[in-house]
Amino acid sequence: MNFPILSSLILLPSIGALFLFFTRSKSENKITVKYVALFTTLVNFFLSIYLWFLFDQTTSAFQFVEDRIWIEGLINYKVGVDGISILFIILTTFITPLCIISVNNSVTERLNEFLIAILVMETFMIGVFCSLDLVVFYLFFEAGLIPMFLIIGIWGGARRVYSAFKFFLFTLLGSVLMLVAIISIYWITGTTDIVQLYELGIDTKYQNLLWLAFFSSFAVKTPMWPVHTWLPDAHVEAPTAGSVLLAAILLKMAGYGFIRFSLGLFPSASELFTPLIYALSVIAIIFTSLIALMQEDMKKLIAYSSVAHMGFVTLGIFTIQQQGIEGSIIQMISHGLVSAALFLCVGVVYDRMHSRLINTYGGIVTIIPKYAVLFMVFTLAALGLPGTSGFVGEFLILMAAFKDNFLVAVLASLGVIIGAAYMLWLYKRVIFGKLINSELKKMIDLNKSETFTLTCLAIPTLYFGFYPEPLINTIEVSISDLINTYNYSVASK
Amino acid sequence: MEISILALPLIASIISGFFGKFIGDRNSEIVTSLLVSISAVLSAIVFYEVIFNQYEENIKIATWINSGSLEVNWSMKIDALSSVMLVVVTFISALVHIYSIGYMSHDPHKSRFMAYLSLFTFAMLMLVTADNFIQLFFGWEGVGLCSYFLIGFWFKKESANKAAIKAFVVNRVGDFGFALGIFLIFYLFGTVNYTEVFDQISTVVDEKLNFLGIQIYAIDLICILLFIGAMGKSAQIFLHTWLPDAMEGPTPVSALIHAATMVTAGVFLVVRCSPIYEYSELALNIVTIIGMSTAFFAASVALVQTDIKKIIAYSTCSQLGYMFFAAGVGAYNVAMFHLFTHAFFKALLFLGSGSVIHAFKDEQNINNMGGVCRKLPYTYALMIIGTLALTGFPLLSGFYSKDAIIEFAYLSGTTTGYYAAGIGIFTALLTSIYSWRLIFKTFHGQYNNKEIKIEETHESPLIMLIPLIILSIGAIFAGFIFKDLFLGYKGINNFWNESIFFLEPLSTDHPPLWFLILTPTLVTISIPLAYYLFVKNKNFATQLVNINKPLYEFLFNKWYFDEIYDILFVKSSKRFGLFLWKFFDIKVIDGFGPDGISELIKKFSIKANKFQSGYIYQYAFVMLLGFSAFLTFLIVK
Repeated sequence: MNFPILSSLILLPSIGALFLFFTRSKSENKITVKYVALFTTLVNFFLSIYLWFLFDQTTSAFQFVEDRIWIEGLINYKVGVDGISILFIILTTFITPLCIISVNNSVTERLNEFLIAILVMETFMIGVFCSLDLVVFYLFFEAGLIPMFLIIGIWGGARRVYSAFKFFLFTLLGSVLMLVAIISIYWITGTTDIVQLYELGIDTKYQNLLWLAFFSSFAVKTPMWPVHTWLPDAHVEAPTAGSVLLAAILLKMAGYGFIRFSLGLFPSASELFTPLIYALSVIAIIFTSLIALMQEDMKKLIAYSSVAHMGFVTLGIFTIQQQGIEGSIIQMISHGLVSAALFLCVGVVYDRMHSRLINTYGGIVTIIPKYAVLFMVFTLAALGLPGTSGFVGEFLILMAAFKDNFLVAVLASLGVIIGAAYMLWLYKRVIFGKLINSELKKMIDLNKSETFTLTCLAIPTLYFGFYPEPLINTIEVSISDLINTYNYSVASK
Repeated sequence: MEISILALPLIASIISGFFGKFIGDRNSEIVTSLLVSISAVLSAIVFYEVIFNQYEENIKIATWINSGSLEVNWSMKIDALSSVMLVVVTFISALVHIYSIGYMSHDPHKSRFMAYLSLFTFAMLMLVTADNFIQLFFGWEGVGLCSYFLIGFWFKKESANKAAIKAFVVNRVGDFGFALGIFLIFYLFGTVNYTEVFDQISTVVDEKLNFLGIQIYAIDLICILLFIGAMGKSAQIFLHTWLPDAMEGPTPVSALIHAATMVTAGVFLVVRCSPIYEYSELALNIVTIIGMSTAFFAASVALVQTDIKKIIAYSTCSQLGYMFFAAGVGAYNVAMFHLFTHAFFKALLFLGSGSVIHAFKDEQNINNMGGVCRKLPYTYALMIIGTLALTGFPLLSGFYSKDAIIEFAYLSGTTTGYYAAGIGIFTALLTSIYSWRLIFKTFHGQYNNKEIKIEETHESPLIMLIPLIILSIGAIFAGFIFKDLFLGYKGINNFWNESIFFLEPLSTDHPPLWFLILTPTLVTISIPLAYYLFVKNKNFATQLVNINKPLYEFLFNKWYFDEIYDILFVKSSKRFGLFLWKFFDIKVIDGFGPDGISELIKKFSIKANKFQSGYIYQYAFVMLLGFSAFLTFLIVK
């Protein structure tokens, strides 16, 4: 057997976490602790790039598959990647080290445990994106909640407990139904192996209920309107690194789940429920954009804008067209980069002024010019300016949606107008204008590590805006095959 | 060579933007001006090749988006149409770059300013040389972005920031229509490439669509949606509100972006899409009506404004209206001709007004000026040339293009055409009056400024005057020299080739003589009229205002568009957003969702708590109760 590259990706962060667990957290070895975590995640990142390099773009079959018996005759530990999942793995391994770099003075207590939580989280996230067995998927999917719950609950702000519970309550509710659905799938088909399930197919009469059960879990995690209200609270209370992980990666699990499971396993139900998804997506795009317009808290504003952006994602996925799904994946990658960067940007000023309120700031462009430039780049990417990755995703999604339903596309496009309004208004109020608050004069511009992390995020944002081919080529074949299978099974119903 | 036309401004922008600090302000200014000037020279060469050798080329630079059946390339399309735009954009841009060196000499952020100007030039060139709709859209939003940066350049001014956001968002409303138009094109033709789309047009002529409950021809819908985009960018009535506010930016910006280049992108779009528009009578009528309404509306507002830049901004709006109705009656080449000449004299007027503002140390109200024609002789003379050209005084450039528009509207022989011609003539009169009002109030009569003494006003430095002189040469001769090229000589026109499409050839008739003399006569008469009204007998003008107070207020407040939009869109969406947040999210969703459930559990557990009170007699009582219930159950069974 070849080198188990996927298992290594999954396990490496945990091994790093184990190291940290046995290191005693003292104030003097804070730097060492951070380096250990950083080193682990960087190795993981390069490993995943190597994986991308080895990845064969011409096939939609799962690659690097590892299959081990876990519980005889019941559950197999089976992992593998295809074009749909590989980009998410790279996104995860790319964001996590940046997250660790960004952990500086903001987390003063229990740094050791904080880093362990992040590393364990990385393990789970990668696990989600490469598991090829429903039970394994479920375990990773749900386990991912725990570190996040702890990150918010322990290192969060003043209302952290409320937020953590709200987060947990919402996500758990959906997850329980998904577990029931997975068990029923096992009863119906006798297997939980995704590859086998793709081949067998699931009887149409069970699909609707199963789809709804999966939907209830994914909808909460996306989050879709109206089960989105946990997200702003969670973001506001979470420490910067937590917000970054939450926005950049955690939210993507649901989008991935929709493509992999809802479309892959329940095609006829997906067809039936497409109008529901369209309606919820459009409502999410317009309503949450309007809400974002009125926010006074920077983090809440970005959180609401995330809901709107994820609305585009769900819309694109259920157009079930090449451009739509590709747009959705690009939108997710782009949102991963941009929202991570925006939360880091909020973190930067929060570290200096200890306020997230927009009206604390204003007129700081000459005081922190480097920050102003980078923040502008991400603002523009968030409003989907051509030349940034945000545009490519949004435009492809809308293009596909238009083919399917004029009204939906027209309404969703309205969100693009409001998007420009709230992002530019936010930027204006924070960066431009007269300097009124004299405290702000003491602010220091980005230090080296902040500049580094934000630049790391800005480069792919712009690069994929001008040249998204590397992304599109990776996912193209897998998606076209997925659509073909989908159309085939819908037609043969 | 062709690609370096695009690349040089981009390089200039990067050098000045990122390395401006290291190379210094002066070097940034030199580098950007030089590179853009080289780009202008190269464009001139291309223009020459196109004129004399019918040069056409479609250069693919790189792949951009390639998803499923959608294929979009970064490319550069050179034909007659784009070569005209190349020349206009790079020339005006180069002159504005040079002018800015003088105009911005006291500004602390020179290199940033130059970087924006160059970046704008790059985006505008991407727009005009696109060979597909999505690259066009890239340039379209790119110029919008640069316009946003430049309007808000003086970031400390609250009004400048507001104007910048307004410009971007109003343009986004237009872009919303534009994007939908692109989606529809892709939906119908499966491609977004110009030539491929234009080749297939005739196949969908009879196709009807049900769009949001309206039965409409597909072609009509495409044209209308694209035109919404054009209305936003070119500040046509309903989406014009951003342009006057955009005057918050530095004056060179107004000259380059809000007069000569960016705002003409809408006209360019309609002309570029002439193969589609030709098949849509409905859309062409809409274009004509919107164009002539804007021409009239903006001119009427310009009559009473007091801010020198706003008057010129409304004048731009109005002239763009002329271009649109020229396109609307099918005279695309005439629209392009007016675009071409307008770029010279309007840039001249803006830069000239910049020179005046500079002389008055940032005073923009024409009521606080006057009597400086001897103090600013060069600026005065140049502004006169610009005004003569704008009003269409015989033999200057505006005369050839504007009168051609009115003639072709008349010759089109349709009802809308006649209306357009009539309104065109009337608006020409208004244009002349407000333009001369500006000149007389600024340069003649008494000196009205209380802040600075007349001795302190000074003529601008040479570096600002040279671009003005070059522009004035264009304003005088561009019409005469290029009229045969743009309009054809004796009804024969080889220049445009395939780049403009006419379903039926333009009429080669001549309108009656009285019609031909009418406009120039009105324009000429209005000069002494304006002199009488605004210099000789000012009381008469004031009386006129007093008699027609409501009308004056209506015009002075720009037909109340801003106020109405504020109530209809801005305030209501804010209110709705607040409602969705405070009521829907917090009260309804959270109230019934997590908060409600936890509240319920809490209540329930408080009740349950009461059972565990610790008093023996209570427990005994409950036990007794249970036991008796159980007993009853057994007995009944």
